[in-house]
Amino acid sequence: MELLHGCPTGDSRGQQTVFPSVEQYLPLVKKLADEGYSMCADVTAVDYLTYRGRALPEGVEPKRFELVVNLVSLEHRGRIRVRVQLDDGDVAPSLFDLYPGTEAMEREVYDMFGLGFSGHPDLTRILMPEDWDGYPLRKDYAMGRIPVQFKETGAR
Amino acid sequence: MTLVQQTNEGGQELLPRSEQTAKQLLREVGSVLRMSEAEAAALALQEIDPDVDQTMIINMGPQHPSTHGVLRLMLELQGETVLRCKPIIGYLHTGMEKTGEELSYLQGGTNVTRMDYLSPLNNELVFSLAVEKLLGIENDIPERAVWMRMLLSELNRMSSHLLFLATNGMDIGAVSMMIYGWREREQVLRFFQKVTGLRMNHNFIRPGGLAADLPAGWRDDVLSILEEVEPRLEEYDVLMTGQPIWRERLQGVGVITAQEAIALSATGPTLRSTGIPWDLRRDQPYLRYDEMEFDVIVGSYGDAFDRYAIRLNEIRESMRIVRQILDRMPAGDYRIQDKKVTPPPRARIDESMEALIHHFKIFTEGFKVPEGEVYVAIESPRGEIGCYIVSDGTSNPYRMHMRAPSFVNIQCLPHMMRGGLVADAVAVISSVDPVLGEVDR
Repeated sequence: MELLHGCPTGDSRGQQTVFPSVEQYLPLVKKLADEGYSMCADVTAVDYLTYRGRALPEGVEPKRFELVVNLVSLEHRGRIRVRVQLDDGDVAPSLFDLYPGTEAMEREVYDMFGLGFSGHPDLTRILMPEDWDGYPLRKDYAMGRIPVQFKETGAR
Repeated sequence: MTLVQQTNEGGQELLPRSEQTAKQLLREVGSVLRMSEAEAAALALQEIDPDVDQTMIINMGPQHPSTHGVLRLMLELQGETVLRCKPIIGYLHTGMEKTGEELSYLQGGTNVTRMDYLSPLNNELVFSLAVEKLLGIENDIPERAVWMRMLLSELNRMSSHLLFLATNGMDIGAVSMMIYGWREREQVLRFFQKVTGLRMNHNFIRPGGLAADLPAGWRDDVLSILEEVEPRLEEYDVLMTGQPIWRERLQGVGVITAQEAIALSATGPTLRSTGIPWDLRRDQPYLRYDEMEFDVIVGSYGDAFDRYAIRLNEIRESMRIVRQILDRMPAGDYRIQDKKVTPPPRARIDESMEALIHHFKIFTEGFKVPEGEVYVAIESPRGEIGCYIVSDGTSNPYRMHMRAPSFVNIQCLPHMMRGGLVADAVAVISSVDPVLGEVDR
């Protein structure tokens, strides 16, 4: 298995991925930024609560959440995906200083998954109302239901 | 509970200047230029240090007609000058990513097509490409399906940009342009209705191919659209591009530099207006764009006028691509004949038990997708639209995320508006062309 700046790497359907730990995350992204990954296209997360058996490279310990960051190199026309394992309550460093455009995306991850970012200037909910309880995209957050009056079709 | 408490949204709102921390100030002025906190603070002081009594914070939107839906901007104004701005979004949030986890891969198209409702076919396309990559069939899609996808995607780009011209004109006061833009867009939508059955939210591009073949006479329809739109674009040039009032309203308004646009992850015409020739159709080609001849339109000043001119000329480039597609459209199947992905032809169901079973399984259970995760990005009219799908081996995506270009581009607004006038704020919103369905998802 190849290492990229000391982090395990993977290949997902021909797309390059790299798996830093939370501590390695910011230094790794800094190095990638210096190598020409000048734009951060996307920051999102996945809650793996009900899907623990996913394939990960050796040496990467699966945790409940995964922070997924897609970086783009305009120069080399390349992409790389950074996947960071996080537990509930873990705080990842914010990429805001490197890529100011991640401001809204990290807020969305916080809003939807409840993952914290240290160093983010304005970590508030972005899509949900400020006083909302819970984090909608977590797997233990139930889908909403609208009660309907004539749903039951029991025998008379 | 008083009315004030009911409508207060606390921390999401723009705070009064006196409660602003250095870090927040940095976010507003310095971050995009990659300044240090001290530099940003110094800049803010020398720039404008208004008397607190002379400024006011007002809401623009969410019901303001020029905010393209339900975008709410909180503006701090001193007279007519915008000192600070903060976009507040979420009024159209319907949890579409959560819904996407409940729908099978076959049903997913109906969900994603409603996100960016001005370019529904591009949404479906990126979703289908991602699913096909997970299935490992991305190289087995029949040629005709690939070219049909490209045709629809380019026509959709035309209709979306035509609507931009209409709304941009309306926002700035060229109301006749609004009627013209809608009129031309209607031609394209009529063609879509003939092909897909619907004007919007088509669910036509599906994993494995398309829902149906092109109808008889499609070539003449496309040609008549091209013939009609081509001279109309010349009329727009006369009506707007060369017109002094139009230029006065747009030139030098909402300026953003290349460095700032990249830092803010802006894509599409917003990025290209700063002179960066970044177009995924050329730089990371999908479908058959590598065989197409077209120019990537770039601006040089990064202002609202450049963004207008880029979109106008991108319509011309799209028409150029459509003409090439017309010449090269191959015959053949419009969807992959893989029994596990594509429902069998209707006629087969009557004679084959197996076909009936496949049909039943696909429409009840859906097809299973191998485990894995992919991120696929294409160039939508608004910029890079990306689809990130995680599959756990079942027939529903475990996680479906859309990287919406408008959601990211909207972050440029505070920077573009800073120090401008309220009237220019309208021009700036319009020039970024956000679609709120996609911003909030």
